[in-house]
Amino acid sequence: MIIRSRKVSDIPSSDITPAEVYLGRRKFIRDAGLGLATLTFGGTTLNSEVAAQSQEIPARFRNLKSELGEELNSYKDITTYNNFYEFGTDKKDPSRNSGEFKPEPWTVSIEGHVNKPGNYQLGDILSPVTMEDRIYRLRCVEAWSMVIPWYGFPLADLIKRVEPTGNAKFLRFETVYRPEEMPYQKTSVLSWPYIEGLRMDEAMHPLTTLVTGVYGTELPNQNGAPLRLVVPWKYGFKGIKSIVKIEFVEEMPTNTWKMANSLEYGFYSNVNPEVSHPRWSQARERRLPSLFKSHETLMFNGYAEEVSHLYAGMDLRRWK
Amino acid sequence: MAMQKKSLIFTRGWISAAGSRPRPSLLDCMIQKQRILVSKVVIWIGALSPGVWLLFGLFLNWLGPNPIETLTHITGMTTLVLLLVTLSVTPLRRVTGWNGLIRIRRPLGLFSFFYALIHFNIWFVFDQVFNWRWMVEDIIERPYITVGFSAFLILIPLALTSTKRWMRRLGTGWTKLHSGIYFAAILGVIHYYWLVKADVRLPLLLGFFLSVLLLYRVPGWLKRRRRAVMRSELADP
Repeated sequence: MIIRSRKVSDIPSSDITPAEVYLGRRKFIRDAGLGLATLTFGGTTLNSEVAAQSQEIPARFRNLKSELGEELNSYKDITTYNNFYEFGTDKKDPSRNSGEFKPEPWTVSIEGHVNKPGNYQLGDILSPVTMEDRIYRLRCVEAWSMVIPWYGFPLADLIKRVEPTGNAKFLRFETVYRPEEMPYQKTSVLSWPYIEGLRMDEAMHPLTTLVTGVYGTELPNQNGAPLRLVVPWKYGFKGIKSIVKIEFVEEMPTNTWKMANSLEYGFYSNVNPEVSHPRWSQARERRLPSLFKSHETLMFNGYAEEVSHLYAGMDLRRWK
Repeated sequence: MAMQKKSLIFTRGWISAAGSRPRPSLLDCMIQKQRILVSKVVIWIGALSPGVWLLFGLFLNWLGPNPIETLTHITGMTTLVLLLVTLSVTPLRRVTGWNGLIRIRRPLGLFSFFYALIHFNIWFVFDQVFNWRWMVEDIIERPYITVGFSAFLILIPLALTSTKRWMRRLGTGWTKLHSGIYFAAILGVIHYYWLVKADVRLPLLLGFFLSVLLLYRVPGWLKRRRRAVMRSELADP
C-alpha cells in the first residue's frame, strides 16, 4: 500500500518552506517567469508552462522510488493529464486553458454550523499548520491511477480551528466560479460551481488532506490551485479543486457528479472493485504510465485498514 | 450550357445515347479518370493521416501520459467519421450529378473498417489484456461495449464482401447485406454517446450528421417500397 506522510522531522530543514515564504514564492516565480518570458519572447504573455518549468523539484523526491517500491508519476504526467472540467473536458485542456486563472489573492469562506465562520485569507489558513508531503495513489473513476506526492495538511486541522457545532454533520465544498478565467464554466457540460461533500468523520480522518502543492512545489492551476481536497480512498472526482467555500451543514449535500447522473455517481464514491460503474468495471485499473489495464483495484484504493471502520454496517452497494 | 454538358459527361453512356446529344468524347473520359484518381489520392492521404499521426506520436511520445486512451479515442473517432463520409457518397453523387464518385465509396468503407479493427484490437490487447473471459464479460455487461462490438461484427462481412467478385456473386443480396452499414453507423454513434461522461456535444454532432444522411434516403426507400408493393400486386392480382 502506498501511503507515506513526512512530518517536518523527516524532511531536511533546507527543504521546508514556511507558508509565508511559500505564498510569496508564487508571486516571485510568476514575476521571474514574466521577466524570462519578456526577455526570451520579446513581451509575449506568460503562460503556465513557463512558470511550471521555472520550478525545481526538491531533492527529497529523487530516490523515493526505491523507498516506496512503486514509482511516483512524473511531474509532467501529473500536471498535463487532468480532469478539471472548468478548463475543458479533454485531459490536455486544463494545462492548456488555465493560464489566465489567478490563484491569488485567495479567500475561503467558512460558513454554517461553526463557532468561527468568516472569510479566511489563504495565508491565515496556512500559517499555523504544518505542511507535509503525502504520497497517495489517485484512483480515477475512469479506471486509471497515478501515484502523486501531494503537499498539504490534514483537513482536520482546519476543522478544529473553526469549531464546528453539534449540528455540523457534513461538509459542503464549492469551487470558485469565474467563467472569465475558466472557459468551460460558460458551457453547461456540468452545473457550476462544482460541489463536493464529505461526512464529518470522513473529513476528520487523518488521511484527508487539503493540498496546496505537488512535488513540494506550488500547485499548478490545472491541478486545482491554490487549495484542493485529496481523499485517497475515494474516486478522484471527490477531490474538489480551487476551493472558495466550505460550509458545515446538517444534511448530506448533493455533489455535482451525482447531480449530473445520480444512477452512476453517488455521494460516498469510495473506491470499490466489487461495485462496477454502470458503464465499466472497476475491478482493474491502468496504473499510468503503464499501457495495460492489468493492475487490480484494491478496496478503498488500498486504504481499507485505515478507513473501513467508517463504513461498518453500511451496504456499500447501496451507498455508492 | 456548360452545366448541361457537365451533367452529360457524368451520366452513363447508354442514358445519354438515348437522346440526340453527342456521346462523351475521349477527352471527357480522360478528365473523368483524372478526377477519380485525384479523389482517390485525397482519400488515401486523408484516411491514412490519423494513423500516421498516431504512429509518430507513439514513437515520439506525443500521445500524453495515457497513450492507449488517445489511441482508442482517435481510432474510434476516425472510424465513425469515415463511416459518415462513406454514407455521404451517394447523396453527394446525386447533388453533384457526378456518378464517378461511386468509385471512392469502397476505399472509404474499407478504411473505416481498418480503423475499427485497430480500435477493437487496442481494446482487446491493452484493456482486456488478451483475457477472453474479461472480454466476454464486458461485452455482455456493458451496454456501450455491447453496441460497439455489434457494430464491429456487422462491419466484418461488409469488408469481406467488398470485392467486385462478391458483388457479382451475391447480386441483389449484396445491396441488402451492405445496408448493414446503416445499422453499424447508428450503433457506432450510440456507442460513442454512451461512453462519454458528461460532454455529449461531439457524439450529438455526429448523431446529427448521421440523421441528415439517413433522412436523405427515406424518400427513396419509400418510393422503392411502393414500387415493390405495386409490382407484387400486378403479379398477383
